[in-house]
Amino acid sequence: MTTTESPDAAPAAPLSAAGNPIGFGRMLRKEDARFLRGKGNYIDDIQLPGMLHAAILRSPYAHARINAIDTSAAEAHPKVKAVITGAVLEGLNLAWMPTLSQDVQAVLATDKVRFQGQEVAFVVAEDRYAARDALELIEVDYEPLDPVVDARRALDEGAPVIRDDIEGKADNHIFDWESGDAARCDQVFADADVVVTQDMIYPRSHPAPLETCGSVAHMDPVTAKLTAWITSQAPHAHRTVYALVAGLPEHKIQVISPDIGGGFGNKVPIYPGYVLAVVGSIVTHKPVKWVEDRSENLMTTGFARDYHMRGQFAATRDGKMLGLRVDVIADHGAFNGTAQPTKFPAGFFNIFTGSYDLQAAHCKVTGVYTNKAPGGVAYACSFRITEAAYLVERMVDILAAELDMDPAELRRRNLLQPEQFPYTTHTGWEYDSGNYPRALEVALELAGYDELRREQAERRDRGELMGIGLSFFTEGVGAGPRKHMDILGLGMADGCELRVHPTGKAVVRLSVQTQGQGHETTYAQIVSSQLGIPPEDIEVVHGDTDQTPFGLGTYGSRSTPVSGAAAAVVARRVRDKARIITAAALECDPSDLEWELGRWQVKGDPTHGKTIQEVALLSHSSLELPEGVEGHLDASAVYNPPNLTYPFGAYICVVDVDPGTGQVKVRRFVAVDDCGPRINPMIVEGQIHGGLADGVGMALMQAIAFDEDGNCLGGSFMDYLLPTALECPTWELGETVTPSPHHPLGCKGVGESATVGSPAAVVNAVIDALKPFGVRHADMPLTPAQVWLAMQGRPLRTDLAIT
Amino acid sequence: MQVTMTVNGEEVTRDIEPRLLLVHFVRDHLGLTGTHWGCDTSNCGTCVVWMDGEPVKSCTVLAAMAAGRTIRTVEDLERDGELDPVQQGFMQCHGLQCGFCTPGMMMTARWLLDHDPDPTDDEIREAISGQFCRCTGYENVVQAIRWAAEHPDGLGEAAEPAAAADSAAAGDAVSEEVSA
Repeated sequence: MTTTESPDAAPAAPLSAAGNPIGFGRMLRKEDARFLRGKGNYIDDIQLPGMLHAAILRSPYAHARINAIDTSAAEAHPKVKAVITGAVLEGLNLAWMPTLSQDVQAVLATDKVRFQGQEVAFVVAEDRYAARDALELIEVDYEPLDPVVDARRALDEGAPVIRDDIEGKADNHIFDWESGDAARCDQVFADADVVVTQDMIYPRSHPAPLETCGSVAHMDPVTAKLTAWITSQAPHAHRTVYALVAGLPEHKIQVISPDIGGGFGNKVPIYPGYVLAVVGSIVTHKPVKWVEDRSENLMTTGFARDYHMRGQFAATRDGKMLGLRVDVIADHGAFNGTAQPTKFPAGFFNIFTGSYDLQAAHCKVTGVYTNKAPGGVAYACSFRITEAAYLVERMVDILAAELDMDPAELRRRNLLQPEQFPYTTHTGWEYDSGNYPRALEVALELAGYDELRREQAERRDRGELMGIGLSFFTEGVGAGPRKHMDILGLGMADGCELRVHPTGKAVVRLSVQTQGQGHETTYAQIVSSQLGIPPEDIEVVHGDTDQTPFGLGTYGSRSTPVSGAAAAVVARRVRDKARIITAAALECDPSDLEWELGRWQVKGDPTHGKTIQEVALLSHSSLELPEGVEGHLDASAVYNPPNLTYPFGAYICVVDVDPGTGQVKVRRFVAVDDCGPRINPMIVEGQIHGGLADGVGMALMQAIAFDEDGNCLGGSFMDYLLPTALECPTWELGETVTPSPHHPLGCKGVGESATVGSPAAVVNAVIDALKPFGVRHADMPLTPAQVWLAMQGRPLRTDLAIT
Repeated sequence: MQVTMTVNGEEVTRDIEPRLLLVHFVRDHLGLTGTHWGCDTSNCGTCVVWMDGEPVKSCTVLAAMAAGRTIRTVEDLERDGELDPVQQGFMQCHGLQCGFCTPGMMMTARWLLDHDPDPTDDEIREAISGQFCRCTGYENVVQAIRWAAEHPDGLGEAAEPAAAADSAAAGDAVSEEVSA
């Protein structure tokens, strides 16, 4: 394994006639042609003949018993075609559906509502305005109940029991999960010179893709085939769940995920609205469109994080890290709907030892129900590695403060060393590759770290608050090895199919689904790199279960590590077949041939050979092929990853804080990422840019808080603040390249790296700026009010309303 | 009620409900789905169109208020088969990912450059600060608009080699082992 600082020395891929790299390299995106013209095809753009429109009545209460629902006035509305309640669904055995975490979730409430915004009734009408009108005509008799709002009190004696639908349930406990060696950890802590402890919240956040969630469902009354257009990051998984939930035969379900206006994990779960659109179509015999509004999106669909953590670091006085211990209360909301591999109820949180060489580690996570929307695993979190990376990187800075040591120096002394890879952590992860010290040094140099510290000292002397924050993260992506990782029993391996047409053009069919990541370009480049076919001659098909092989979809940065590998494998199979066909055509032995990009040729006689395009035609021709070799030029593969890939990076954030108002300005952000070789560097950089903005948003602006009655305080973009171009600096990127030893292309996923790594850098920078005030920690989001209060020594609980 | 307005150079007349939002009029009644809807509260800017030459958020304009006025949407940026320099800039600089905010961003960008052909990066950021992008972190959106400012005639002949490489940058290929 080698690490290169700059890939410039690598030979460039040759260019096609259209000027595209035949393989890896910067290439403008194929999909842009339609988006730039306003010709994308998003869920709400779909219009079908006779299509009806639906809307959902939602609970105004966080916790209430439903005594009665009167839908008669709504049903009498002249444009209303159907009104569906929980009672109607009970008759169809559809009132509850399974979640992705072995729980059930109400499709429409029958007994109680358990969070504000929960689905209570569904109206299908001739147009979207009439459907909304009819919601106003439904009368619901609610009996309000005490809500459970504070996750830390969910297990208190006498707390209201939220899930009394579960037989025998007498508390709000979901699970306890432990990882690491508690006894060894205790020993290390007992022997340590220094132990620091800190409570911290990773507040509830929301991915808030600009396109909300929605579905158009059409149950054809003649063929009994359901076509469901869904904002889905995982169309195949959704189809299987539809089959299981509704009892529909899977071959009679076609899930189409059209253009997706951003996902970030928000479009992984199955939402009640999707199921209700199907029911609405079955009931009305018409296509039914349901698209949520922004408040519905923010208040009810897959939120992220909500981890209440206590971290403890043990170290020697001279800065040798020894052990890390974490206790977590995980707020999962009213239904346990987290989307993650089955054996990982806290996701991959137990990767919390991060990038450091420790002697022991242990974590304990307790999941609880509260009267809030379900979810938890979303928002580019890599199955909760966001929370893990934030925890360890905050704790490192707190330890540095305790030791009065520069945080860069403390990291430098404790990072895993290149020769330690592959490295097995104290919680069982096998990091495949890495050169951490080099990435840190590249970042420090790019930032001009020493000069920044000098500037900071000068500014402090003038009473100015400048902060410098570091974060070093290790990601784990590409879930995952099927013997360890499944969702609803479906192993996390993905299929890929490749067919080269007689004229040498190709089509590659994927199980994953882009939400903006540029798959139509990147996967063409992957195939191109293996076969030498220009990327403009390769069509990428995805997002339609009738057109693509089975697979688990796009989330957790798994597309490149899993499907990207599948595409490489399938292309190599085609290449191998092309060798046999070439040998038959040249009447030589396949072993006499060598591959030169785009062409098999005779070793030592390169004038004798066949291009892949010539082979494609030959494979469909009258050429006699060896025994056992079928004609045509195609292949399929299912890729079962042997391990995750482990991208990493070093981030440095520079902020200025207004001492009068507490307002934070992000002045600079340096991000050095190592995701192995970059298939399309332009797209990779774009992915990193987006994640860095997420980090600024989460650290400074975004939180879904609740008041004591369980009212959601982040239900619109006026309340849930997202970063604009004014809050974001010009991102300064650097890279190192450490290929994964087990991925066929050496690639590691990068889609979530920056979201995982950046929040801690921003928070560390702000806390560093507040050092003159003796501030050790304050929870995200570091709004002006929060920063100002931290300066006064009394930071807020940001998950609760200010009271 | 009946409204008549000029949309992308064509006069259109429709019977509508008085409460109909302009964004729904454009999308559902005219089938111009390039204009998107994202928030209801004038925060996200995916619905930006021009009304009488000024960018407006069409989710908070009634179609009735547009009666007798001139509306321009993203579908009108491309002229005679040639992309507007702003559209070309977004492609050249990877100024879009999922594409949902893109039409609104481009309408604002076109307006900005019509009024200030050489804005600073800070002025570009200010101009698009009423609009969200969840994918790009804004950097490449700013670069895209800057590109359009620097190429007022676009790429000209080479306008849109569908997904062609930027030849200047195409050398940024990756390490050897990957194509082996």
